[in-house]
Amino acid sequence: MTSLTKLTLKAALDGLADKSFSSQELTQAHVEAVAAAKPLNAFVLETPEKAIEMAKASDARRAKGEAGALDGAPLGIKDLFCTEGVRSTACSNILGNFIPTYESTVTANLWRDGAVMLGKLNLDEFAMGSSNETSAFGPVINPWRSEGSNAKLTPGGSSGGSAASVAADLCLGATATDTGGSIRQPAAFTGTVGIKPTYGRCSRWGVVAFASSLDQAGPIAKTVEDAAILLKSMSGHDAKDSTSLDIDVPDFPSFVGKSVKGLRVGIPKEYRVDGMPAEIEKLWEQGIAWLKDAGCEIVEVSLPHTKYALPAYYIVAPAEASSNLARYDGMRFGLREEGANLTETYENTRAAGFGPEVKRRILIGTYVLSAGYYDAYYLKALKVRRRIADDFDQAFEKVDALLTPTAPSAAFGLGENADDPVAMYLNDIFTVTVNLAGLPGMSIPAGVDVNGLPLGLQLIGKALDEGTLFSLGGAIEKAADFKAKPAKWW
Amino acid sequence: MAIDAATVRKVARLARIAEPEEKLEQLASELNGIMTWIEQLSEVDTDGVEPMTSAVHMPAPMREDVVTEGGDASKVLSNAPKTVDGFFVVPKVVE
Repeated sequence: MTSLTKLTLKAALDGLADKSFSSQELTQAHVEAVAAAKPLNAFVLETPEKAIEMAKASDARRAKGEAGALDGAPLGIKDLFCTEGVRSTACSNILGNFIPTYESTVTANLWRDGAVMLGKLNLDEFAMGSSNETSAFGPVINPWRSEGSNAKLTPGGSSGGSAASVAADLCLGATATDTGGSIRQPAAFTGTVGIKPTYGRCSRWGVVAFASSLDQAGPIAKTVEDAAILLKSMSGHDAKDSTSLDIDVPDFPSFVGKSVKGLRVGIPKEYRVDGMPAEIEKLWEQGIAWLKDAGCEIVEVSLPHTKYALPAYYIVAPAEASSNLARYDGMRFGLREEGANLTETYENTRAAGFGPEVKRRILIGTYVLSAGYYDAYYLKALKVRRRIADDFDQAFEKVDALLTPTAPSAAFGLGENADDPVAMYLNDIFTVTVNLAGLPGMSIPAGVDVNGLPLGLQLIGKALDEGTLFSLGGAIEKAADFKAKPAKWW
Repeated sequence: MAIDAATVRKVARLARIAEPEEKLEQLASELNGIMTWIEQLSEVDTDGVEPMTSAVHMPAPMREDVVTEGGDASKVLSNAPKTVDGFFVVPKVVE
């Protein structure tokens, strides 16, 4: 039944609807694919028994004519989402064997619509990283390899497990989260589609917090349409998240395939950065040509504060993280390392539980928030953040969406950027602006580089205008006709 | 201004993370690298700019001041490192 894992989510839902196969058969095929893909290290916890049980329940619902929008579809869940009764770790030793007694709103929405959980997916510790190398469970290996090479490549991060498992056909789609690019960069590195919706679309309740004003959940999927189906289920108002938007969820799938004729697409000139590989520049030109052919009007726009987005992010995100991660004190849950007194117990617990990158960010966050530096760093960064958001507001007076590359390179080798934090941070140069402004952004696989590795194009939309992104993303997907898949080596 | 070992020691203390003395110099150098890169923000003219504290264009919602969940101590305690008789056990706080 391996062919069942090759299906898109949409095709699988259609097959379930016309009784070509049962959810139990579909789920069994994916459970076997997951079990056989250990070398990828994409899953940190497999839940095959739960999956089969959920699949049986789905088949029973369908037999009664009560199937939901995702009924019977096996998905992977990033281990940043709390799942009731199923270990949730954020891939940090400090959460150890944490077993939530509650379910995150986003995953609860997926189960409400009938989805099946295959297990929990690997990520950078607390979603802090761009290569999955900071995970306490070790890095995920990208299913893609350079042609003629066996070198291990990163699937990107932080949602590396989500991206790798979708690319390797281990699941029909996966949940992910994006604080500075953690959905879109891994999607670009693995030839998958990823969308970070407008801040406030998806509830953050039950998602382990990193930087609360930037964190947003979204799907990684095989196609633009699959991403639209998943996002529709994940979204919706939730009183338990005070930043959750109390507005209707559009029928996102209905936007895929809509004509994009007459839409104005902006090309921000500041995204042409020094040292960008010629292939990415070329792919961007190709994307522009595709959209022109589809009837879009291309407009050059300026986002003058783009280069300040990453440094501003590396104040705002660590500051929020240092505050959010103060809860890991060894008292109520998670790891505890005893010391001679209370303070020492705190210090030992956090020293033993957090990895080096998380500690580094907590220290930066604590430093920029500390007495004497708050105005110079934190307040300054919040003002620059406003400037960046204003840039977008001005651009969107002239255009309906923006087109940029997703990442400044294709997937790189494990360990390549590990010694230089700033070099690693530069991975998010094209994605982080969107988080600061709270806008939706989507990555679509659009081509391969000289080594046969996938490259992505990013669409940025107006707040709450994911619909236009799904239409434009569908147009790029159709024109690119990206069919390449990683050769199975695992 | 450069971050030295003494600053790292102080910040690590504030953050309640035990960092061994022998690691302070290396951490200072890493943090300096990052903060030097961040310094470029000083180039941006932000006079009269309102700090942006939220990406959501809406007032914070109000809700009824009522208990919505609770009353299940066993759930609350289920992940605690140490418990006795339905309580968290923590190190002595007051001498």
